[in-house]
This record gives sequence, C-alpha cells and structure tokens, in this order.
Amino acid sequence: MSEITPELVRHLAGLARIEVTDAEVAQFASQLAVIVDSVATVKAAVGSEIQATSHPIPMSNVFREDVVRPSLTQKQALSGAADSDSGRFKVSAILDED
Amino acid sequence: MAKEQLMDYQKALETYEVVIGLEVHVELNTNTKMFCGCANVFGDEPNTNVCPNCLGFPGAMPAVNGKAIENSIKIGLALDCEIAATGRFARKNYFYPDLAKNFQTSQYDEPIAFEGKIDIEGPSGKVFTVDIERAHMEEDAGKLTHVGGSTGRIQGAEYSLVDFNRAGVPLVEIVTKPIYGAGDEAPELAAAYVRSIREIVKNLGVSDARMERGNVRCDANVSIRPKGQEKLGTRTETKNVNSLRSIEKAVKYEIQRQAHLLSQGTAIIQETRHWHEDRGATSSGRPKSDADDYRYFPEPDLVPIQPSKEWIEQLRATLPEKPAIRRKRLQELWGFSELEFRDVVNSDLLDEIDDTVKAGATPQAARKWWTGEIARIANSEDKEISEMPITPKQVAEIAGLIDSGKLTDRLAREVLTGVLAGEGDPAEIVSKRGLEVVSDDGALLEAIDKVLAEQPDVLEKIREGKLQAAGAVIGAVMKAMGGSADAARVRELVIQRASGE
Ligand SMILES: [Zn+2]
Repeated sequence: MSEITPELVRHLAGLARIEVTDAEVAQFASQLAVIVDSVATVKAAVGSEIQATSHPIPMSNVFREDVVRPSLTQKQALSGAADSDSGRFKVSAILDED
Repeated sequence: MAKEQLMDYQKALETYEVVIGLEVHVELNTNTKMFCGCANVFGDEPNTNVCPNCLGFPGAMPAVNGKAIENSIKIGLALDCEIAATGRFARKNYFYPDLAKNFQTSQYDEPIAFEGKIDIEGPSGKVFTVDIERAHMEEDAGKLTHVGGSTGRIQGAEYSLVDFNRAGVPLVEIVTKPIYGAGDEAPELAAAYVRSIREIVKNLGVSDARMERGNVRCDANVSIRPKGQEKLGTRTETKNVNSLRSIEKAVKYEIQRQAHLLSQGTAIIQETRHWHEDRGATSSGRPKSDADDYRYFPEPDLVPIQPSKEWIEQLRATLPEKPAIRRKRLQELWGFSELEFRDVVNSDLLDEIDDTVKAGATPQAARKWWTGEIARIANSEDKEISEMPITPKQVAEIAGLIDSGKLTDRLAREVLTGVLAGEGDPAEIVSKRGLEVVSDDGALLEAIDKVLAEQPDVLEKIREGKLQAAGAVIGAVMKAMGGSADAARVRELVIQRASGE
C-alpha cells in the first residue's frame, strides 16, 4: 500500500483551495492510497513498449481556421459575475499590504 | 520602502561572475485567440472579446488555432530550434483571478520547439551565441486593474477588476539556457537579445512586437557567484520588464544588489522580483513556494500536434533572413561607418531607416533624420522613437523636398514639427504653413543686389577671388528672405552677380 501522509493531503487541499477537517484528511489519505496503488497496478501491466497517451483516440493536428466568431456581449459576459464594475469583473483584494 | 544597498558595478564585476537567463513572452498577432474564435485585438472595450471558452465556463471545449501553431513553428525555426515531432498541451494549475479556468493551457515536457541558438552582438561588437532551451506555446491571461490602496499597486488594493479580452491570446514563451561569460556586458546583452527576438518576430510577421503594448515581455533571471566557484548562485527572476532600457537597468540593478548582499554574508533569496521604472529598482515579490506546485498534466481536451516534415520544410522556406545577416547586408548597402551603424542598431532604428530608404530617401538622409531631429524630440518628450507619430514614408518625403530644393534644412525641421503635431503629410504642411523655399531667382537677385550695394568692399573681395567673403552676403540675404531661401542657390547667384558685372 502506498503511503499518503496527512501532510501531503493538506498540501494538495491547499493547492486546490479546499478546506478539510482532520477526519477528512484521514479518510482522503486512505482513499488516495488506493487510487495510487491502482495506477501502479496498471503501470506494472503495460510494458515499456507501450507509448503513454493523453487521449483515447489516436488523432493529431485538429486545427481551427483563424477566423473570428462572434463573442458574448459585455452584458452577457458579466451576467453571471458575483460583482462587476466599469465592464470588468470585480474580485476581492489579492494581496495584503506588505 | 527602505532603499536597498548596492555595490559599485565595477567592483561587483571584479568579485563576481554574472549568469543570466531570459524568458521572453511573444504575443502572436493572429486574428483569433489560441483556443477559441474570439478576436485577438488590443484596446477594445473590456470583456467584449470573450466567450464561454476563454471565460472558463464549465463544459466549454477548446479548439486549437492552426495559424498560431504555424507561427510558433516559424519562431522555432528562426531560432534554429528542432521542431518536436509530437507536441502536447498541458494544464498548468493555479488560482489567480486573471485566469478564469483556474489553469493555464501551456506546454510542459513536450514544447513545440527546443535546442536552438541565436547570435547576439554585445555593445563592444563581440558576438555571443545564446543557446535557446525551448520555445513553447501557451495562452495569455486577463488584465487586472488594482483599485485603492497605494497608487494602483497590488499590495493593499481594496479590490481588483478583471478584463478577459487578453485571456487566451496566443503566446510563445522563449527560454534561454544560462548565459555565461557576458561579464560587464550582461545588461546590454540582455537588452540586445530581446531586441533581436523582437526583430525576428516582427520580420516573421507573427507579432506586432510592440513592447509598450506588452506584445513582447521579458522576465530576467540573474545570479552571481564568486569568481572561480563552480556552483551557481541563487537566482532571482525579475518579472515583466517591458522596455529595452528597463531590461538593461534591471539586470544591472540585480547584479549590484546581489553583490552587496553576498559581500555582507547575506544569502540571496530565490524569489520573483518586480521592476519599478520610476525609482529604478527591483522589489521583492513572492518567494518561490508550495504555490509553484503547478501539477501539470496533459490537456485531455486537445489532441497532440504532429507537424509533418513537409509542413516544417515549407515553413522554413518562407523564413526571412536572420537579424545578424540582415545587419551585415544593410551596413554594406548603406555604407555606414561602424560607429554610425552601431548607433542605428542601439537606437533601435534599423527598421525605420530601412523603410525610409525603401521609400526613396538616401541612407545618410534617413539616418540623419531618425538619429538626429526625431530622436532628439522623442528624447525631450521622454518617448521611444517608435512611438513618434511619423512614418518612414513621411521622413522620406521630407528628405525628398530638401533634395529637390523645395525646403531648406531649417524649413524641413519645421515641416517635421508639423507632421509630429498631426497636421498631415509633409507636402500638405508645406502649402498650409507656406514654407516653400523662394526659388524665384528674381526675388533672390533683388535681395542680393540690395546687400551688395550696401557692402561694396565685399563685392571687391569676391571679384578678387576671395569667395569666402560671399558668406556675409549670403547670411544677409537669407535673413532678408526670412530663411525661406536655398543657401546654395543664393551662393551661386551672389558669385554670378559679383563676377558677371
Ligand atoms: Zn473566447
């Protein structure tokens, strides 16, 4: 069984901006260990001659013509925003004064 | 903020070896964005070139802009890079409000181009070969405006406003390998490198390459180590240095700042830093930390890019000549001295002069106007010459008006002022302001006769062959004509008059 430490779970949760309780950390640690082990099993099953793939269908070079298509209007774009000001999305302060 | 202490530049170079690395972001000038059909335009109303894709709405699917791939390959080829047989996009995950998707679509371990090189001439004329590690494709982020707090800075702002028009604009990031041995030329070399990249992408036609608009942006990595030490020093990365002048200053500043710290026995902190043009200093940004764990993984919504050999060769055949070769060719073609030519290159006026010559001016006239009067005015207004509202065609037109005797140098400078003030093309300004040279010999002769009559001794001297005496007469005639006469013609007429009687 892979070892997923509570610290690693907290680190990942921090990167993903998810708040976790101590109970959840323990729960996710064991669940993640199962997932990592499963991947290891698959890895062991394929030989080195198999190319890694990021897509199920062997396709490449799917390109779009460089032609402008209609965009949303500013009003539409901002319609789902929590807050906006002067045609822009308004977000809370990013950094504190240093 | 406390002012940081710096070591004297020459002293720093005696003790330490400088290593720099440069990351240049080039915004491509495609019609549309990298992964959606929104227009790629600078300066539109905020959030008018956005769609579910570049706003990161759930379920939106990206579609790769083929033209952006083509342009990226061209950049790779122009930098003598290998083009990857298979390239993939990857997700770079992080949270920041300028990125609605919470990840940036970029390239990780399979960049489209790698292992290139470019020759850069340092200020002394010494040529450095800069090795290119990679050039990869990615998308630009939105534009943040920080409101409140101290002077629009991110620190202490009350809130920020986001415009996503720029989000998803195609970028190519060009990364050099560490550059060793530039010594005291490191700052200038960094600027010269960015200048060359800008020249390349401009000549390729793949970017507008306007630094003041952020089309070309540079992050400068600087580290120093005591001379003779093998181990590289800790580096800092100064972000978004957006003019050639600032790049030079920022690199120099970091060398002096780091040298002072090391000489005090203080360790350099690995961090990003920000350049402040107003006070000519860098300041500490955030230290490298856990937040830099980007958890890259292959973009599942996009298939790999596998440019065929034929396609690559086709694109290679369309490449314009390399900057170093072009420079050599132009210097020979124009017949400039080493000093004149370097002045042109360092003033960033190669394209302007090339275009002015193509528009019909002589190389020397083109050089004189751009490095002289136009540069002087730009400097006095604290602007880049490229920002001046005058075209090479207009400069060639002014030069042509002098050659054909319609303008004197003084009048031409007045016409130039008119062009810069937006009064129209040179010919229009000449007629509007009534600046044409008096080419009516009758009017000139009348003035000459009057002056000669007043100075009989001068007339005598000219007759004796002392032609320099004519100078006084010419000056007086020019003054009488309010400067709007061709001095050479006046001289001819004076001598003719004096010897003809
Ligand atoms: Zn879009």
